Parts: sequence; C-alpha cells; structure tokens
Amino acid sequence: MISSILFFILLVVGIGLFVRNSKKIVAAVHLGTSLPKVDRKKERWFQMLRLAFGQQKMHRNLLVGVLHLVVYLGFIIINIELLEIIVDGLFGTHRVLKGLGGFYNFAIATFEVFALLVVFSVIVFWMRRNLVRIARFWSPEMKGWPKSDANWILIIELVLMGLFLTMNAADYSLQLRGHEAYPLAGTFPVSGFITPIFNNLSIDTLVLIERTSWWMHIAGILFFLNYLYYSKHLHILLAFPHTFYASLEPKGKMSNNEIVTSEVKMMLGLPAEPVTSDEVSFGARDVHQLSALQLLGAYTCTECGRCTASCPANQTGKLLSPRKIMMDTRDRATQLIEKGDRVKEHFLLDNYITREELWACTTCNACVEECPIGISPMSIILSMRQYITMEEASSPSELNSMMTNIENNGAPWPFNSEDRLKWMD
Amino acid sequence: MAEYAAEGESPEVLFFIGCAGSFDQRAQQVTKAFVKILNSANISFAVLGKEETCTGDPAKRAGNDFLFQMQALTNIETMNAYGVKKVVTTCPHCFNTIKNEYPSLGGDYEVLHHTQFLKQLLEENRIHIEGGSFKGKKITYHDPCYLGRANGVYEAPREIIKKLEAEIVEMKRCKKNALCCGAGGAQMFKESEAGKKEINHERSEEVNASGASVVAAACPFCNVMLNDGAAATDSSVEVKDLAQLIVEAADL
Repeated sequence: MISSILFFILLVVGIGLFVRNSKKIVAAVHLGTSLPKVDRKKERWFQMLRLAFGQQKMHRNLLVGVLHLVVYLGFIIINIELLEIIVDGLFGTHRVLKGLGGFYNFAIATFEVFALLVVFSVIVFWMRRNLVRIARFWSPEMKGWPKSDANWILIIELVLMGLFLTMNAADYSLQLRGHEAYPLAGTFPVSGFITPIFNNLSIDTLVLIERTSWWMHIAGILFFLNYLYYSKHLHILLAFPHTFYASLEPKGKMSNNEIVTSEVKMMLGLPAEPVTSDEVSFGARDVHQLSALQLLGAYTCTECGRCTASCPANQTGKLLSPRKIMMDTRDRATQLIEKGDRVKEHFLLDNYITREELWACTTCNACVEECPIGISPMSIILSMRQYITMEEASSPSELNSMMTNIENNGAPWPFNSEDRLKWMD
Repeated sequence: MAEYAAEGESPEVLFFIGCAGSFDQRAQQVTKAFVKILNSANISFAVLGKEETCTGDPAKRAGNDFLFQMQALTNIETMNAYGVKKVVTTCPHCFNTIKNEYPSLGGDYEVLHHTQFLKQLLEENRIHIEGGSFKGKKITYHDPCYLGRANGVYEAPREIIKKLEAEIVEMKRCKKNALCCGAGGAQMFKESEAGKKEINHERSEEVNASGASVVAAACPFCNVMLNDGAAATDSSVEVKDLAQLIVEAADL
C-alpha cells in the first residue's frame, strides 16, 4: 500500500514536471510568428513518416544509421514495458501481464535483446564522440554544457538499460529459486547470463536488488523525461511535429513579404490590396520576429553538427556554424521564457549571433540538405540579414554598392541597362 | 521581344539572359554559345534586351526584400505584357528566382535552366553532335547550389556530358553533397569573411584531384569562382559552361 502511494506520488511529480516543461517549450515556440498554414497534408504526413519515423537521412552513413535505428526502436519497444511497470506500481501487482503467456515471454525476450543492442550502440556512440573524436563533436560551440550534455544522455541511457537488465536478472534468479512473490514469467535471453552471478546471494539481497533496480529504472525514466527540457535531446519527441511542419518547397525558395508586395505595387502604380498590420517590421533581430517553425527547429535540434560539418564557410575557417545558429536561437528563447522581462535589453542579434557569422553564409543549402530532420539554419540567417538590411540599413558596404547598382541600373554592377545587348557586338 | 510583339507573333521561348550573361565577359561567351545553339536548332526565341532587369536574387539574399520585389514586379510586368509562357536562363540564380519566387507575385511561367533545355534539344535530335571531339576526355561537373540542392536538378547536366561521349569523373563531393563555389547569397559582390581559406580554392583543389581536364560549369558565378580557383591553384583544368562544350563538340 505504501509503495503504491509512493509510486503514485513519483508518477504524478514526474509527469507533472514534464507537463510544466512542455508548456514552457510551447510558450517558447509561440514567441515566434504563427506556424505555417497546414496545406498539402498528405505530403506532410509522408515527410514525417520518411524523416522522423523512417530516419531516411540517417542511413547515409550505414553504421550510424543502423545504430541510431536500434536506439530509437529500443526506446519505443522497451517503453511498452512501462505499461506493465505503471500498473504494477499503482496496484502492487508483479508482472501483471504475465497472463499473456507465450506472447509475454516473447515480449520480454524482445525487450532484452533490444536492451543489449542499445547498450552496444550507446557505447559505440560514446566512443565516436570521445575517442574517435569526430570533428563535428569538437567544434568551438561544443564546449561546456553541450559537450557534457551529450555524454550524460549516453550515460543515462546506459544506466537505464543496465537497471532494466539487472532487474530482470534478479527477478529470474528469484523465479528459479521458487520465491512465491516471483512466479515464473518471461524469457530472459540476455539477463539469463547475469543470473549465475547472483547464485551466492541470499534471497533477501536478491529481492533488494530487484526492487532497487525496479524503482531506479522507473525513476530514471521519469528523470530522463524531465532532463530532456534541459538537454539537446528533445528531438526524440519534437522531430515528429517539426518534420510535419517543415517546408515542402524547393530549398532555394524564399517567401515574399506581403506588406512589401503591396507597397511596391503601389509605387509601381499597379493595383494593390493594402495590407494592414499592427506592427510592421522586417526580418528578425530577436526570436519574436522569427517564425514558430524556426523556433520549433531550435528546440528540435539535437546538435549533431552535420550542418556545420557540411558548411563551406565553416570548413574554410569562417566564424559561421549553422549548428551554433540553432543553439543560440534556442538559448535566447529559453532565456526569455525563464527570465522574462529581465533580459529585454538583450537580442538574438549581436548578443548571441554576430554579424560576421551571418554575412559568411553563401546560402548554399548544404546545412538544410544535411539536417536529418529538416531544420533550416539558413532561413534564420536570411531572416536576420533582412533585419540588418531593411531595418538598420547597415549591411556591408560592398553589398550596399551592389544594391545601389540594382536600384539605379537594374544590375548588380555599375553597367548601363542600355548596354544589355552589347555582348552581341 | 518587342520585335516579335510588333509583328503579332510569340516566340517559343524567352531567353532571360541575366546580368552576368549581359555584362560579365566570361558569361557573355556562354550567352553567345547558347544563342548559337538556339539558332542552329531553329528555335524561335526572344530576349528582353534593355527591358530586362536584375531578377533581384542578390538583393533578396542580402536582405533587401523591397528592392527584390521592385525588380521582380518590374520583370513580371514586362513578361506578362508580352504574354511570356516559357523562360529559359543560363543562370541558376535567375532560374531559381523566376521559378520559385515570381509565381506568388503574379509571374507564372514554365522555367527551365539551359542545361534542362539543352538536354531536351539533344534528346529530340534538334542539335547534332558529330565527331565526338570529347571522346575519351575526362570531364567533371560542378553542381551549382541553386540548380542542385536548391531545385533538385542533378541529372540534366550529366546527361549532356554523356551525350558528348566524354567520361564523367565525379569529384569527392558531388550532387547533394557538392561543395559551394563560394559566390551564392550575394557573396559574389563582397570579400569573404576572415577565415583560413577561400571556398573556391578548396573547390578547385577537388576539381584538380578529380583528374579531369575540363570542369563543366552551369552557372556564371561558379564559372568566375572556378576560374579564379584554377589560377590560384596553378591548375590547367579548363572551366567551361555546358553550352560552350556543346558548341565545341557540334562545331557551331
């Protein structure tokens, strides 16, 4: 009875905190302008199926693709076990679903195999990050918290799997010894190998190990659920909405501002519908002027750094790193949500992202092409350039000359439009 | 275009030359080559001439949507007044802009990049390549970002190289993974930011490593960047637009 109450409290606190954190993320995303209109629904569902469920872009590197798939499937499949854990916890039962018989045995065996595969994958991931020292994990923005965060995630996953297997091993050991509270249930193809280690332990010790692992496992899962908000790992949830809302247009397309269209049409004497808006501003100085999709992207980004590794500016030693653009955007949004008015004098531009970074972009779309879950760091760069040029008129002087030429001669160079056919001479 | 209109006729296609094609010396050669091909294939085509203005691409990528839309709406007014249906351009930036960013401003056309158009002409036997002057030669192809990743056109240019009977050798980074030449997003018009290396030098090193004697380009900006990169890396690899290669092969 007491354990049921304790479990109930643990569950309510864990889920309650998660709801609170989720609300913060929703609020952060809504700092931006509205999400795109949901058109072409079929294509959107298909995009989500392809990129988020199918992880299509992860399989470009077969080893990483397969290992990532294993961890992802493990995450989903092993968590089916949560159903049983919650029922057991709330009602004081033990392995309540064992009545399913053969299917139950099959399910437990599957969970165990996946747990082992996850352990293997996570160890390989840790080695890639820390021993193989793949360049994208060692960029300047991957110091401090982002670096330790990535390792913590791997460690937590490893511990959770370890607890799950230890719990099963102790349980199985108790079943073999005929403990009345542990009737035969489940097949243990992996933890069965741990069981012999427990042979010399007393029944009481075994029960203690089993109970401790069980409690720590569920507590660990609830901890991880709430750790997500503070980590880069939200992609396990947000990849789905992000790939649904992500652009379906050709990557080269930039949208046209309707207010500008209306103004330009009036200037050119064309029929125009005046667009009225309370607040007319162009481009983005801060997260408020980015779109909700761009902010959702910032929270979805898992800092893998494929964008940065493929960025021509970054490769040639420029300051720009598309991953840092996403990290800065998220940090700024979180700062506003957590600290509110106290940071109003800060802005995404200059306080987080410098102009040098923004002007180094060649808009080549390599970062967008690379992102496994369809995030576009480039779109944020272009939004911020628009602010610099249209609101501050402080773009680099060479670009100002280029634009003056277009304005005066209809070409980015100082040539006369009368000479457009001179090549024929 | 005005001449066609005066006679009450409409050409098969409008060739949108673009600023580089009009004014940049190297790009002018591409313009001439493409016109030679169009003439030899008996395509009725028109150009806007003095009525053409910049598509607005560099202004938009530099952050000036206002200037972009001024240019765009001006071009759209002109093209719509002439009843233009089909546009071909030798510049992937013009191609991307007219194809993707003009429709919502009232400019709906069938837009082709010249490599797509040329591929069609070759397939329909409207241009004939004889003699195979490129037979056995190694040619590599540099994917322009605004044609490749931006619009998913990877095969048309490669089909043309195959028709030249040349051997295509791919660079380490090609198609979706192709490395930018460094000129997009209005970089063409400014010095690059401080760094360890120029992007076009990095790309030219890949061109040189491919073992090709010619690098085929399909964008006036890439063309300039690769030429500069070849000079900077003391390379003898020739940089030529696909239209120029066809003119050479077909001896036009």
